[in-house]
Amino acid sequence: MAHPANTIRGEAPATALDAAELLHACALERTAVRIAGSGTKAWGYPGAEPALRLQTTALHAIVEHNEGDLTAVLQPGVALGELDDVLAAAGQMLALDPPLGAHGKATVGGVIAAADSGPLRHRYGAPRDLVLGVTVALSDGTVAHAGGKVIKNVAGYDLAKLFSGSFGTLGLIAEVAVRLHPRPRSQATATGTTDDPATLATAAGVLAHSSLELQSLDVRWRSSLGMVLARFGGVAAGDQAAAARRLLSRAGVQAAAVEDDEPLWEAQRAAQRSAEGGAVVRVSGRPSQLADACVAAQVAGGSLVGRAALGVSWIALPAAAPGELVTSIARVRKVLAPSPCVVLDAPAYVRTHLDPWDHPEDAALVLMRRVKARFDPTATCNPAIFVGGI
Amino acid sequence: MNQSQPPTAPADAAPPPLTPALLARLHAVCGHDHVYTDADQLRTYESDGLLQYRSTPGAVVLPASAAEVRDVVRACSDAGVPWVARGAGSGLSGGALPVAQGVLIALTRMRAVLEVDLPNQRIVVQPGVTNTEVSLAVGPTHFYPPDPSSQIVCSIGGNVAENSGGAHCFKYGFTTNYVTGLEIVLADGAVVTLGGKELDHPGYDLLGAFVGSEGTLGICTSVTLRVIPVPEAIKTMVAFFDTTAQAGEAVSEIVSGGVIPGAIEMMDNLTIQAAEQAVGAGFPTDVGAALIIELDGSSVECEACFDDVVAICERNGAIGIRIAEDEADRALIWRTRKAAFAAMGRIASNYYVQDGVIPRTKLPEVLARIEQLSDEYGMRVANVFHAGDGNLHPLVLYDGEAEAAGAEELAGRIVEACVDAGGSITGEHGVGVDKKRYMPRMFEEPDLAAFQMLRCAFDPRGLANPGKVMPTPRLCGEVPGPYRRHPLERDGVAERF
Repeated sequence: MAHPANTIRGEAPATALDAAELLHACALERTAVRIAGSGTKAWGYPGAEPALRLQTTALHAIVEHNEGDLTAVLQPGVALGELDDVLAAAGQMLALDPPLGAHGKATVGGVIAAADSGPLRHRYGAPRDLVLGVTVALSDGTVAHAGGKVIKNVAGYDLAKLFSGSFGTLGLIAEVAVRLHPRPRSQATATGTTDDPATLATAAGVLAHSSLELQSLDVRWRSSLGMVLARFGGVAAGDQAAAARRLLSRAGVQAAAVEDDEPLWEAQRAAQRSAEGGAVVRVSGRPSQLADACVAAQVAGGSLVGRAALGVSWIALPAAAPGELVTSIARVRKVLAPSPCVVLDAPAYVRTHLDPWDHPEDAALVLMRRVKARFDPTATCNPAIFVGGI
Repeated sequence: MNQSQPPTAPADAAPPPLTPALLARLHAVCGHDHVYTDADQLRTYESDGLLQYRSTPGAVVLPASAAEVRDVVRACSDAGVPWVARGAGSGLSGGALPVAQGVLIALTRMRAVLEVDLPNQRIVVQPGVTNTEVSLAVGPTHFYPPDPSSQIVCSIGGNVAENSGGAHCFKYGFTTNYVTGLEIVLADGAVVTLGGKELDHPGYDLLGAFVGSEGTLGICTSVTLRVIPVPEAIKTMVAFFDTTAQAGEAVSEIVSGGVIPGAIEMMDNLTIQAAEQAVGAGFPTDVGAALIIELDGSSVECEACFDDVVAICERNGAIGIRIAEDEADRALIWRTRKAAFAAMGRIASNYYVQDGVIPRTKLPEVLARIEQLSDEYGMRVANVFHAGDGNLHPLVLYDGEAEAAGAEELAGRIVEACVDAGGSITGEHGVGVDKKRYMPRMFEEPDLAAFQMLRCAFDPRGLANPGKVMPTPRLCGEVPGPYRRHPLERDGVAERF
């Protein structure tokens, strides 16, 4: 945070309508509002320090948990960790497992607004794929709904996807309806290690193209050593992990089965965030670039975790002088171009001295500005933090 | 871009005939053979798969490339003429219904598979490629999961517009979960690339907004899709029950137990009778419900779950279970299910297909309501159901044109029952023209206003497929400038509630 929080007015509206009225009042006054959940993700351009911080702390209810339908309706301030405890009691889960941030407080609204995700994405998708409907508070003072509470629905425009990953720049996500999944009855993990990036990529590719039903398929590269991690969930998780282990062995990596696998996966999640003073670059790449991404991470003195079949990786750079981080990030981008390399965690200096979004001035950006102009014409909501300075 | 121009008139006010100048431009872009203006030729295109609606366009053009599509759209933009994109014309909501005297852009000539990139599990196709052709192009190792019943004819461009689903989408997801990149042409002729082969391109998820927008935000000229490895094993069974309620209980227990079947489809007695007459698969015609359950995935997982599923069906009162012995038997079971719509012709002279969604647990109460409505209207209703995701396809059977209006009204009462149960007016057929009147049942004015914000960002003049989705025509007006206030707001008088 650039400024101590006590210099900024804070508001925590208790209803969606209160939030919309607050945004509207700010729009009329031309007061910029910073919309935040628990504040675990200071990503994007630093932006100007806003006059008002709209927090979702008072919107923290699990509105509905429809066990039989495997859906839930949630307010944005619900902490993901606490939600998981509630759903676990019914043998269910919201299949979103991003890192929960410094104090484990990441909220449903924040995770969806930032489109963050974890290893479960391999099987269950990103927030966009799990959000069935949204209620949003807009800066014109209205509260609008889109989508619904059922798994399948094509009525009206899919504003749930538009708002997922919009970083609060279109308005406040005031409520979401989400799809839940049964918790897997058992889980098992197979791993494969190698010191050769190309072998790592090949082994991961073998599993990505196999007919095994993976819950998660991750890789990591750290200190010249790589690992493929394949997790299975279901009735026959152990049998599938054994099959994966055989495939990994054949692909030339040192294969193993891991009994107590939770710490491994927790480490994968944690590696998506950086230490203080460091930086994290999210690479929206292709699976075929995996070896290059590992090498790029190593050359930059960093480490990598990634979703092997999806091509999405996080390169973490250790704490360094901000100027050095800027240089390192630029080098990573050059190697992996044209795949977008978005800077997530990083000192404000870094997020000022390069475009954290790695987004060109193209026709898509023109269209995004038009979308912003329609939903938030006064640029009241989270101004100047998003792509193209939106 | 075009914000300084006055908005065009809403679609309901019929636009004038196409000018010779515009027709000349269309001919120059697409070639004389690919611009139709004769009444006989236009008649082919006056409806899509929903034959109740008809409208004659001023011209039908068949561009062969992305550049030709762009130039057609630019010509329409310059002339201020609305246009409608059409794929195979198999849609069931009138989404590709032409605008009278507008231009219909048929994409049937754009049928090239542009690239198959199996290492990255992607395929890039032109919009006229059929759904089935995508799976064929990446087979036999991979496949494209969304599988609408019309998959042999329906086009990927149409699937993108409608966010098509199918029998396997409960497990695998819908079109929107598989589109990673699009090249689109906006109504002002701008060409925009959204996403690509990579996931998570920075910025707004305009891909997510575009897929399922029913052709109202623009027209896509190239589609990048994710494909996945074919499952190792597939096991298919049919369980027969005395009542649909029992079958519904079995579905709930299977799903909540952690098994996600590749497909789980329910047919009621009337549907079984019709389909059995058509296919002769040997389904008993005196049972209340048939539940087709297909498990797919790894062999060990399939085997382990299959016994569970059989036990659950038996526990919920299954009176017979038929397990597909081989691929031929499996194909026969599916043929019975997929013949359900067409087979209705054997037990009634006409039928109206409805498409509604309910929370799965509301199945017994909604089916009871449908039965009540069926009695009230004196018309039979057959039910086919994507049971996993609550997508109901009631088929209202009627005889002759005289009963058509009543059948449509009954079908409307059924979607209302779906909404009242917490569901949706459409799960996969789209709103189009047919269901826009029901939109206010699901969405209130501020919701519709927010939809319009998106529409206006993409197409401020309302030239792309006007008159669809939104219940009433709306204009966009200008975007308020960043520092311009309404006088009432400036004076502190304004209240937007």
